Amino acid sequence: MPRPTLRTLSVLTVLAFCVYLPLVFFYAPIEAEEGFVQKIFYLHVPLAIVTLCGFVLGGLFAIAHLRTRDSVWDLRSYVAIHMSLIFGVGVLITGSIWAHASWGHWWVWSEPTLVSFLIVMLLYATYQPLRFAIEDPERQARYASVFAIVAGAFVPMNFLAVRLSSSYLHPRVLGSTSNLPAPMGYTFLVSLLAMALLFATLCMYELAAKRTRILLKSRSRILGYQ
Amino acid sequence: MIFSSTLPNSNDGYVAAAYIVFFAIVLIYVAIMAVRLGRVERRVRELGAPTRDRDADIPSHPETAAAENEDSPTHTQERETV
Repeated sequence: MPRPTLRTLSVLTVLAFCVYLPLVFFYAPIEAEEGFVQKIFYLHVPLAIVTLCGFVLGGLFAIAHLRTRDSVWDLRSYVAIHMSLIFGVGVLITGSIWAHASWGHWWVWSEPTLVSFLIVMLLYATYQPLRFAIEDPERQARYASVFAIVAGAFVPMNFLAVRLSSSYLHPRVLGSTSNLPAPMGYTFLVSLLAMALLFATLCMYELAAKRTRILLKSRSRILGYQ
Repeated sequence: MIFSSTLPNSNDGYVAAAYIVFFAIVLIYVAIMAVRLGRVERRVRELGAPTRDRDADIPSHPETAAAENEDSPTHTQERETV
């Protein structure tokens, strides 16, 4: 099966967003309790799911790197985590906006879902300083992979721990999608697909840029420019 | 009919803010990448002419070329992944 190119992925992402946004605003009905604010659900929740999956993916790529010692896997792991961090910032901001609209507070420290996500973000915020504090490229890649694996394993455990906790103030999404009315369910699935495509496209974009820079750097060195 | 059941009634500013923030983050990222890409393109243009000159000097024998590549900084440099 041929691998999707950056151009194909970009077109698919744009198409997915062209379907996703009209579905959110013109097809999905307004939720009875929260009203129009619930539309943030179709942005915040897919973003959060893709972010957490990206962190886990970074860990899986890191395993492949440690097994094969191929630096391509390390690069993929780095890009997945880097992109997840960017998406994670979006999750925190959109979540705060939703929290303020629904609960009247930008942040609720007693809510485990919020705090656990913040912990995951803070954990991954140390990834880049740790990585770039090591000069030797071999060691840098190896230590970063170990970090990505440990942190990647922490993400699902953290998620499970929150699910098992007793507070139900934060909406339970994955357990309740089957209870969503069909138009909301379809819209949610399309939004999840659009976010996943956006994540994949930006990852490919970043990977292509990184590869080009690495090639350029080595070329410059050969020619004695650096 | 669909439109009438999905029109905003209250708090629409929050929804707009959330979506604007999201698209702003994506746009800022793409803009940063575009600036970096511009820098890379400039560098490629700068390197273009000397690269062509050097390629003309590369020996045609494959073994010599392979041995030269083994010693070149490309191998070590490409490990500097990020």
